[in-house]
Amino acid sequence: MPERGEGTIVERPLRLDYDYTAGLAQSRFLKGIAQKKILGERCPKCGKVYVGSRGSCPTDGVATDGGEVDLPHKGTLTTFCVVNVPFAGQSVECPYASGYILLDGADIPLMGLIQEIPHDQVRMGLRVEAVWEDEVGPTLQSIKYWKPTGEPDADYETYKMHL
Amino acid sequence: MSDVLRAPHAIEYTYTRSVGPVIDRFFAGLGEHRFQGIKGSDGKVIVPPTEYDPYTGETLTEFVDVGDVGVVTSWAWVTDPQPGQPLDRPFAWALIKLDGADTSMLHAVDAGDESKMSTGMRVKARWTEDNVPDMSSIACFEAEAG
Repeated sequence: MPERGEGTIVERPLRLDYDYTAGLAQSRFLKGIAQKKILGERCPKCGKVYVGSRGSCPTDGVATDGGEVDLPHKGTLTTFCVVNVPFAGQSVECPYASGYILLDGADIPLMGLIQEIPHDQVRMGLRVEAVWEDEVGPTLQSIKYWKPTGEPDADYETYKMHL
Repeated sequence: MSDVLRAPHAIEYTYTRSVGPVIDRFFAGLGEHRFQGIKGSDGKVIVPPTEYDPYTGETLTEFVDVGDVGVVTSWAWVTDPQPGQPLDRPFAWALIKLDGADTSMLHAVDAGDESKMSTGMRVKARWTEDNVPDMSSIACFEAEAG
């Protein structure tokens, strides 16, 4: 009869190595980031501006060739979550806030860290701006985090359709 | 430079798990360079052993020693081994039914060349020297000598 003890504890790493190809649209976006630019792409049909565009409008099914939009580095926090549970590979100390930032003029939010504000004061409608790393490259890590601009909160009506 | 960016992207997570009493004993056996199975309700020997009977769900307790030599029941050739796989040269993943076992277990066969592999071939475990009580005690399998 085997003993019903705790038994041996083992650590089993599981690793998946990808060779990630960004594609044309994401490459345009990431090359913009490398120049401290946040580039959106506009749908020629509905006029929506996508950030981190996949090169097509999911609503109209057409290429976002309506033009490149050099977006401001400022926007509204539409929704957020406060992370309290630590996990492997976490780069920030808990608790911290992570949220969706709808840049002014964009129709889809970017995800980012919200810092320079106590996590329990983070709120929907908060106006935030990008804080860039000193050295930027073709990666979203070039944006260190987002901090409050100090402007009055955005009116719910201005971003409710983006939730 | 190409218009399209590409970059390596690795996802890695480590599971910490208890192996349970049955695999614990199976591992201990591997550290001593021997395989153990467990007898199921139908009298068949399951290798690697399971804690519960696959048909009745009963707790299984009857360990049985099986050989470190067996027969390949199925296999697939790996031309380009990935990092972390048992061998760094082309090898076969194979289902191996050890002598005395009624089920097959998956392991690598160091055959050198695909032409040396065949279903029904006899293979033997190649043990590592360090006698660690887990799967790492089995380096791989190889064609039975003679």
